[in-house]
Formats: sequence, C-alpha cells, structure tokens
Amino acid sequence: MSSRIIGIDLGTTNSLVAYVDEATGLPRVIPDAYGRPLLPSVVAFTPDGIVVGEPARRQLARRPADTVYSVKRLMGRGFEDVKDEARYLPFRILAGEGLVRLAVGGREVTPPEVSAVVLKALKERAERHFGESVEKAVVTVPAYFNDAQRQATKDAGRIAGLDVVRIVNEPTAASLAYGLHRLSEGVVAVYDLGGGTFDVSILRVKDGVFEVLATNGDTHLGGDDFDRVLALWLLEDIAARHHTELDRDCVDLARDPEAMQELRLAAEAAKIRLSSEERTTLTIPFAGFTYRRDITRAELERLVEPLVTRTLGPCRRALGDAGLTPADIDEIVLVGGSTRVPLVRRRVQELFGKAPHSQLNPDEVVALGAAVQAHILAGGITNMLLLDVTPLSLGIESLGGIVNVLIPRNTTIPTSAREMFTTSADGQTLVDLHVLQGERELAKDCRSLGRFELRIDPMPAGMPKIEVTFLIDANGILQVQAKEQRSDKAASIEVKPTYGLNEAEVGRMIEDSFTYAEADVETRMLIEARNEADTVLVHAGRALKQGAHLVDVAERAAIETAVAALRAARSGDDRDRIHEATTAVNRATEHLAEVLMDAALKGALGSRRATEILGER
Amino acid sequence: MFGLPRKLVVDSAELQRRFYALAREHHPDFHQAAPAEERARIEATSALVNAAYRTLRDPIARVEYLVRLEAGRETKEGDIDKPKAPPALLQEMFEIQEALAEARSEAAKGALDETTRATLAEQRESLRARLKDEETRLAGPLSARWDSAAPAERPAILAAFKEALATRAYLRTVSADLTETLGGDTEAFGRAIEGRHGSAEAPRTRGGMGGHIGAPHQ
Repeated sequence: MSSRIIGIDLGTTNSLVAYVDEATGLPRVIPDAYGRPLLPSVVAFTPDGIVVGEPARRQLARRPADTVYSVKRLMGRGFEDVKDEARYLPFRILAGEGLVRLAVGGREVTPPEVSAVVLKALKERAERHFGESVEKAVVTVPAYFNDAQRQATKDAGRIAGLDVVRIVNEPTAASLAYGLHRLSEGVVAVYDLGGGTFDVSILRVKDGVFEVLATNGDTHLGGDDFDRVLALWLLEDIAARHHTELDRDCVDLARDPEAMQELRLAAEAAKIRLSSEERTTLTIPFAGFTYRRDITRAELERLVEPLVTRTLGPCRRALGDAGLTPADIDEIVLVGGSTRVPLVRRRVQELFGKAPHSQLNPDEVVALGAAVQAHILAGGITNMLLLDVTPLSLGIESLGGIVNVLIPRNTTIPTSAREMFTTSADGQTLVDLHVLQGERELAKDCRSLGRFELRIDPMPAGMPKIEVTFLIDANGILQVQAKEQRSDKAASIEVKPTYGLNEAEVGRMIEDSFTYAEADVETRMLIEARNEADTVLVHAGRALKQGAHLVDVAERAAIETAVAALRAARSGDDRDRIHEATTAVNRATEHLAEVLMDAALKGALGSRRATEILGER
Repeated sequence: MFGLPRKLVVDSAELQRRFYALAREHHPDFHQAAPAEERARIEATSALVNAAYRTLRDPIARVEYLVRLEAGRETKEGDIDKPKAPPALLQEMFEIQEALAEARSEAAKGALDETTRATLAEQRESLRARLKDEETRLAGPLSARWDSAAPAERPAILAAFKEALATRAYLRTVSADLTETLGGDTEAFGRAIEGRHGSAEAPRTRGGMGGHIGAPHQ
C-alpha cells in the first residue's frame, strides 16, 4: 500500500517518525530496533561511510570536523546569515554566495543533503516497522520558517526519496496531537522552544477546526544557545582555574574542536540534570587534567535568563497580531525539550497567568501531530481541519527599494494575491521581480526569496499587462504564475532562489544520495572484511610465534603462505578475495590451533590461557 | 459566498461557523487524491474563501471592501487609494510630523529630552484615542446607517466612509511614526492597534496598482 503517509518531526537535536494506529486511532512514535524513539539529528561523514543517529552522536567529540549536528539551523540560509554562529561550529562552513555549504569528510554537502540522511534513516525505520516501502511523509518545520527554509526541507525530503506531501508548522502539529483528546474548545497558545528554534502560535479550536490566529518566533533561538552560553562560561572558569596546566601544555581550548565539543556535550548534560536537580557536578577529562566543578540551577538560570526573556517578545507580538491579551488565552501547551527548563515554565506561566499543559512528552508531541496531519491527508480523519497562516509578510521590491506587501503576515493559507506589471522600455522582453519576505519597509532589510524573470513578447513600453499571481500554498510555500493579458499567454517564469537549490541541483543530489548510499554499504562491508582479516592475522602471527616448534616445516610454510596471501588481499579492495584468504588462513592454522590448545591444557604454556593465544574465534 | 445578507453589520459567530464549513469543503487537505489540475483549482478556491473571510470578519475591512466595490461601479479604474482627509486634519498631522522631525534630529545628537518625550507621548495617546473613536464610528453607527439607508442616501454615506478611512489612515501613520521615535511600549498595546491585521496601509507606503515597473533587462 503506497498511500501510507508517515509523520516526521525533523528536529534540530532529535528527529522522530510517527503514524496513526488504525486500531486505536491514536498516533504512535516508531522506535528503532533498540526501542529508542528519538533519532539524534547527527550525521557523521567517516572514511567508512555515512553514519547517522546515535552512533554519529557518540563520535561527536572524537570526529568533530566531520560530524554535523544542528544542521536545521543552517537550512535555507546563506553564509552571511550563519557566519557568526559558524565560529562555534566544529565543522567547516564554506564562504560563498547562495546557500550554505559544508566541507565534511572530504566532500562538499549542503544542509538539505545532511537532513536527507536523517530523513532516509527515519524512512527506513518506518519501512522496517510496516514491512513495506514508504514514499510519502508530512514533515514539520518551525512556524517561523521562511519560504527558503521550507523549500530546503522539501528538497531534503526529495533527496531522501520521500514525497513531502505537506509541510506542517511544529506548534500547530503539537496542537493537533493535543487536540485529539486533551484540548477543549477555546483559544490556545502553543509555546515551542526546541533545540534551535522558538515558535509561538495562537489558535482558536472550534468545531474540529484548528484556526491559527497568529504566529511569531525566532528561528535562531533554542536549547543549543543555552548549551553555548553555559559552555562559554565554563571555558572562562577552566581558564581561570587550570591556567597552569593550560600554559604548561600550550593548550588553547577555544581553538580545540574536540575539547569544545566535549565542553558543549558536558554543558548540555548538566543543563538537563539541572531541570530536575538543584545542583550537579560536571566532570570533564581533558588531555592534561580533569575539570570538575559543581553548578547550581540558580547559576544556570542567571546565564540563560536573557535567552528566555527573548522568547517573550514574540509571544506578546503574536498576541497583539491576534488582537488578544494574555487573559484571553484558555490553554497553554508546551512543546520542545527546552520547555523542561524550570525557568522557561515560570516565565511562560507569568506571562499568560496560568499553568501550562505538558501531559504529552514535549519531545514527541510534534511527531504525533505530524502523524495526525498525515492521517487527515490520507483520508483517515475527516472531522479535523487545520487552518494555518503564513508567518511573514510577502512582498515585492518596488521603485526605491521599498517593499510593497502583497500578503501580510498571519494570513490564512492557502492565499493568493494578484498584481499587474508592465514594462518601462520599448521592446522589453524581460521583467524582473524581486520577491521578499519580512516585516521591514526596505527590501534590503527583508529576506530575499528569489528573483522571478517573466519573459514576454516585445511590445512598446507600458503596453504589456502582465498579471502575476502569488499563491502561498497550504505548505506555506510560494508559487508564482504570470499571464500577459493582451495575448492571454502564460509568461514563462524563471525562478532564481536566493538561498535554495534549483531543480538540476536537487536532481544531482538525489543521484548522489544513491551512489553514496551504495558506496557506503560496499565500503562498510569491505571495512568489515578487512577488520576480520586483521584479527585473523594477529592471531595467526601470535600462534606461529608461540607454537612454531610444535609443527613441522611443511605446515609452517603452508601457514606462512596463507598469511602472505591474506596480507596481499587485505591491501586490495576485493572483498571476496579477502574473505577467501581469511578462510584459507583459518584452515591452515586449524591444526596448529589444536596443538596449542593441547599444550595449553597440559600447562606447557605456563599460566597463559589458550584462548589468549588462539583468540576468540 | 457565505450565504449571509449583504450588510455591513455582520453576525460574526454565524460568519465564523459558515467560514469553517466552507473551509472544510474546499480545503486541499480533503482532496489529496484528486488529479493535479483539480487540486490547483481547489487551492485557488480555498485561497478565495480565506480572503473573503479575512475581509468580512473585520468591520473596517468590510467598509474598505464596500468602498472599493462602489467605486468600481462609478468609474472603471476608480482611484480609491488616494485618501481625502479633511484639510484641518492634514494641517494638524503635518504639524505633528514637523515637531517629530525636529525631535528626531535632536535625538540623533543625544537623548530625547524628557519634556519633548512627554509631549510626544501625550500626542500619541490622543491620536490613539481618536483612532479608536474613528474605528468605532466606522464599524458601528456608520455601518448600521448604510445597511438601513435608501439608495438615494448612499452616496452621502459612502463619502463619509471615505473620509473616515482616510482620517484613520493618517492617524495610524502618524501614531506609528511617533511610536517609532519614542520606542518602548509598542509590544502589546501599540501593535494591537497600529499593526492590526498586518497590513499597514499608511498612505505614504502604498504603491498604486500597476505601478511597479520592471527594470529593463540587458
């Protein structure tokens, strides 16, 4: 059944996949083979191939330069946007025009390609669960994501072999998950503070319709920032307390990606512990010393207070846009792992004047909501409808660099706007439209989404009447159509995304993902074969050393020939040859192994155990 | 579209109920299996339903829409975007803008002095109060009058609408300018009024329809 649609929460820190269980009608998260629901959104580009999830997360500190985390913060962005943040990232971000590119594992990759690895892992997880292929998904994004960031997420899906049938805003998805059973009718505020992004959405829930009234947020504010301020504070503390060791070893921790990654991970772990404990001890082993100190919740709160305060502005603005006051809010829903921080809960409660909901696991609720939306699209639920809004105003640059707003923020989507354009020169065949997103008056202060070039037949200046329709679809993604009214001909439009991938690039990445994926499996198997060969070679060498005098010359020569053959095979790339040579060495040493075993049993080898010599075959 | 009587005073609960019903009927979510062409049509219809509701749920937007409709009836390309505010108001707004410009150049040199700040803040409060009055009048008595008016009375009410809308636009622009200079308390209260429903239709930033000239391309 190819009509199955899964719900995916593609998070900054962790990602999940969920579906609606037909029997109970309830959404459920699909765990991995070990029962873990969360897939860390970490991708490592190792010489052995691409590694994703928990194994990649575990090597964050060991291979900082080739292990990508929090890539969501780079989606749909340019180098200029992220260069400040890039200083703190241990992997390399290449300077250049257009969208961000990373140099990892000897390759150049874009954020959508990295996200695609995560999506692919979730797709495979779902396929194992259902025992059939899965091709369609609903993927969530922060409500405050702009067009480029949404498009990048959709591209990631395509690269992963998933048809992203809908992009849903995370806070709205969360409200759907709650709405299934736990939410009564009324006005709901969803406060979503994740690993890298913050969103707030105000919704009215009535008659099964979830109508978003306003949304606001910050796509660069989340738990990662909490970790960073704590890590930087610890760095200063380490410098003050261990300057002797640092000077002695000439170590600059801030320039050591491995040390910084250790520090970040320790800071994150301490932050998590401080959500349930008042005080915790940090222990970080460095090369020449071990750093250890106690930290209290109050100390952490003092550090993150400005960040938590930054979330309150968007909350007030969303309320203002909805024409509401805090008193009008009936319920508050908390989403995202960072809402476990007690200070966050306190500030939210103070702002809205009531205690927030948090019955559903804040890590899972978005994925559960995505599954609900997927089920709606698949026709499984007909009494619920989500009416979302576009978070940012959409406009075009007009004379003088001023933005002419066509679709104001918080407009219910789908929505469209029409504008008439003409030419200024005789015989002009191209009209260039610069489309922007943002709330500022000047084009230079808004986000450039791209340029649209309308191609028309030559006519005297001012004669053509080109009707351009801007449609924001239910995904919050812009589509542009143009028609020259005199000839009633559709004008061709070439889209030049400012921070996106064009069709050809996406196509190439889809191909790449296959070639690399296959190469990865091949490489992995080759590596495994070599590892096994190494183990056998070590054991054979040791056995020869220990027991050469116990066998005859012919047998010794046979073993040595087999070992030499294996060494030769091992240096090649032929996996089958390595396998055969390994088996040959095993066979050639069989007799020697027995003899050694006997000798060991007879105590001829003293106190050493036979298995130590023979290895654990 | 919504099956309600064509009046300016609208039963908002009933309007919302009908909007939800229409939204359900035409939302792309429920037509995923349809062929691409039909889905595009449904998307367009859905966009239309949303736009209609956005216009009708807001009493001021309803008046604006009516003015546009009526203007379209009078002339084919009626220039309804040009505000015709009373001259006295224009004069007053001009004076405030001048004082504001002075205050800004002062502020550029150093901090805004307290008395100027207090005066400006006071002015803003008064403008906001008038803005609210104007909106209440538009949405309330004026709208009700239109609904019960005989066809012969309508042109006069329409003129009153236009003047009130223009006045409102000026009040909004100037009070937003004041807020920009004063900074501070915009967050909740200021935005609720000045930024309501997003579109800041200040006369000075409004580009006319068809006024965007594409640059010649080499």
